[in-house]
Amino acid sequence: MKVLINRQPYELDESATLDDAIAMIQAKPPYAAAVNTQFVPRTQYRQHGLRDGDQIEIISPVTGG
Amino acid sequence: MATPENKDLLTLYGESFSSRLLLGTSRYPSPAVLQAAVEQARPAMLTASLRRQGAIQEESGQAFWQLLKQLGVPVLPNTAGCHGVQEAITTAQMAREVFETSWIKLEVIGDDYTLQPDTLNLVEAAEALIKDGFKVLPYTTEDLVLCQRLVDVGCQAVMPWAAPIGTGKGPVNPYAMRTLRERLDVPMIVDAGLGRPSHACTVMEWGYDGVLLNTAVALSQDPAAMALAFANATQAGRLAWRSGAMAEQEAAQPSTPVLGTPFWHHP
Repeated sequence: MKVLINRQPYELDESATLDDAIAMIQAKPPYAAAVNTQFVPRTQYRQHGLRDGDQIEIISPVTGG
Repeated sequence: MATPENKDLLTLYGESFSSRLLLGTSRYPSPAVLQAAVEQARPAMLTASLRRQGAIQEESGQAFWQLLKQLGVPVLPNTAGCHGVQEAITTAQMAREVFETSWIKLEVIGDDYTLQPDTLNLVEAAEALIKDGFKVLPYTTEDLVLCQRLVDVGCQAVMPWAAPIGTGKGPVNPYAMRTLRERLDVPMIVDAGLGRPSHACTVMEWGYDGVLLNTAVALSQDPAAMALAFANATQAGRLAWRSGAMAEQEAAQPSTPVLGTPFWHHP
């Protein structure tokens, strides 16, 4: 299936979970994740199955005002 | 030795802070300069944000994270750049997990040019986050009724702007800001638009409870010294508010006693 991770297209297995998507971009902690604008707690990464067309956001701390 | 200032704590959502200055972490020339500014200002909180991993290489990741931990100042994550209610809620939830805090500076932007808060959606976002257990500090305009609505849905403090973010103009609508201060009892922090320590001092003299600023320090010629100047100005304004300023007079009145003035006589 095709998904977008941080706006970039990726190809994942049909059985892929959010954990697989995070591994795909080699995300470095600390980070948090959302799928289709819904927050997914880190405790649910392994159970959270992905679907074709999902939009995944992996975010990290940056400076801010 | 105890001083009147450090007994006068800023209390937000039941938590007390000895400083009334909240400082942003963005736009400094380097992490070392940011660190020096924080050490000078000793702010109550430091704001931080979240972005897609890898989007801002030099500022993201471990280095900034380590610096934040090292500084030991409570972090106030923001939802900067969010334009909708769901976007802001999701960003806040991600921030809570990453920063391990329920504090959130809620920004819902309604206009990209002025960065004016979306006054129609801010209350809905604030209410949802309050119900989800967040300590919401909403970035808002100085509109009295909007601020009242934010309090109505459970915000225990609000953060009206003085002027658009990053402009450094100082309070552009003093009448509305003073009216707002007089009408609402909750702690209010002036967030955005301050450019000079005198601006911070002025709003504190009006009775605001704190100030939040970033660019005015980060883009000054000497951010560490400017951070200290803002901290002192904030404290001075607070002390002045508590002390009660004299009433303004139209006519001059000599402060030195007139009686017994040498060489003086009626014509």
